Amino acid sequence: MKTKKRMGDIVYHILVCGFGLIMVYPLIWMIMSSFKETSTIFTTAGQLIPKKFVLTNYATGWRGFAKTGFVVFFRNSFFIAVVATLGTVFSSAFVAYGLARCKFFGRKFLFVAMLLSMMLPAQVLMIPQYLWFQKLGWVGSYRPLIIPYYFAIQGFFIYLMINFIDGIPRELDEAAKIDGCSYYSIFARIMLPLITPAMITASIFSFMWRWDDFLSALLYVNESAKYPVSLALKLFSDPGSSSDYGAMFAMATLSILPAVIIFICLQKYLVEGISTSGLKG
Amino acid sequence: MNWGRVGSAPFFEIFSLRTEGTYLNHRKRESFRQFMNKESTAGFVFSLPFTIGFFVFMVVPMGLSLFYSFCDYNILAPPVFVGAKNYIKMFTDDVIFLKTIGVTFYFALVSVPLRLVFALMVALILYKTTRITGFYRAAYYLPSIIGGSVAVAILWKRMFATDGVVNQLLRLSGVNSSFPWLGNVNTAIWTLIILAVWQFGSSMLIFLSSLKQIPVTLYEAARVDGAGKVSQFFRITLPLLTPTIFFNLVMQMINGFLAFTQCFIITQGKPLNSTLFYTVYMYQQSFEFYNTGYGAALAWVMLAIIGFITMILFATKRFWVYTGGV
Repeated sequence: MKTKKRMGDIVYHILVCGFGLIMVYPLIWMIMSSFKETSTIFTTAGQLIPKKFVLTNYATGWRGFAKTGFVVFFRNSFFIAVVATLGTVFSSAFVAYGLARCKFFGRKFLFVAMLLSMMLPAQVLMIPQYLWFQKLGWVGSYRPLIIPYYFAIQGFFIYLMINFIDGIPRELDEAAKIDGCSYYSIFARIMLPLITPAMITASIFSFMWRWDDFLSALLYVNESAKYPVSLALKLFSDPGSSSDYGAMFAMATLSILPAVIIFICLQKYLVEGISTSGLKG
Repeated sequence: MNWGRVGSAPFFEIFSLRTEGTYLNHRKRESFRQFMNKESTAGFVFSLPFTIGFFVFMVVPMGLSLFYSFCDYNILAPPVFVGAKNYIKMFTDDVIFLKTIGVTFYFALVSVPLRLVFALMVALILYKTTRITGFYRAAYYLPSIIGGSVAVAILWKRMFATDGVVNQLLRLSGVNSSFPWLGNVNTAIWTLIILAVWQFGSSMLIFLSSLKQIPVTLYEAARVDGAGKVSQFFRITLPLLTPTIFFNLVMQMINGFLAFTQCFIITQGKPLNSTLFYTVYMYQQSFEFYNTGYGAALAWVMLAIIGFITMILFATKRFWVYTGGV
């Protein structure tokens, strides 16, 4: 009986492990290919481990294209992702506190609006927003990629934080109010410190989404020196501009590095964010 | 201004040797503070960013595009009102539009259920915790984290190329294959479906967390009553999971209809528009052919379709979603 259970366990682990390997195989293949000599990538696509580890792909890829190095693209991506994330996280926390703890005229309407903004996806807004930003004269700058996020337009994050605030006992607010605290200092001194976990979760997701964001960069950024990594990578891979697959895979590997690092270090927050509020990864 | 000392100042103010004028001024400021600290004002102030954002970045653009959808407009020249021409053209005189609807429905209706089935299966397998479950969970979840990136799209394109890794692996296993996966009308869409199904990780996590909320006592009671593993699954696990399945289904369906990046980079709709997603077509019309008015109309139809699908899903909810609680 015991050996039978043992066998079952072994089979279980082999199956789960094998399937997991298939899941990550494409990624491992890409990473390994980036270390192969670029001429041998497709002739040896069947074997995973390169015969000779080379770093030339990283060197050539880093030089970039159109006289712009990848260091610029990475800097642009970091800038956009960090600034937009700061905006969306703080504005969402601000709004979430108001919606969670204050009763006021129009609160119900704003709740519905928040749900709508969760449902209304970027792709549907793509053309309407483009037309609007064009009227405002924002096309060709980072403004469409950053400013909207300072107005808490990602309902998901507001929703996440409202849920979190609902879990904080109201007695804390009441006690502070009796001690003469206004709503604003309750928010700054009591709420902000207490909702940090939710803010971290929101920051992680926001950062990764902004980092990966391809569509809005494609629409609004039209100068090669301003490209974020996602857009640069796409143009780098277009036939004509480069057929150096080694360099392409090297840069692709670097571009997923931030997400992978976040994933390894902050997995707890990611898992929590997904399983408590259904944020998509 | 220090918001923190509301209400405490006037008491000391009476004893101070200030002139009447500044005192009144101060009273005014105090009442302003009191006004700002009323619950209704505070709520209004706190929600102001979202109120502005909602109107400026959603309502206004949507309204603007509703107007343009009734116009001939190409960004460069001023719009010319043409009535419902764009909408009529879509359904009567645009074969590609109908084709993209078909492709998008096919993609969403195949990839979303497949993804959910995978997610549920893997969640059930990983439910049993061992020392390395965390590691397995990470391996299955990693693809969803980076799946939306351009890097993965490029990788996918190279994997399914004629000389790509898929054909090479097939060759290693004895099949002499140089099949153009991306060039064939029947298989190209499947490369995108596989990519979508590959990213089942986040649904899996949602399933895992709701599986853990099912009380163990239910299973114990069922075992006492002589229920086997299979009937435990169908009579306890599945019914209690239906709310989660429903939530996943709605969210993923919406996202399925809106897939853009992957199609845009991997296939560009080729071959013969067999993988042309609705959103990519919308992009092409607006920004490549400069039929922006038509593109705006397409966006509105897309919104209507999504709303319609969500409504249908909600309408079926009462037939299969268990809401009775544990």
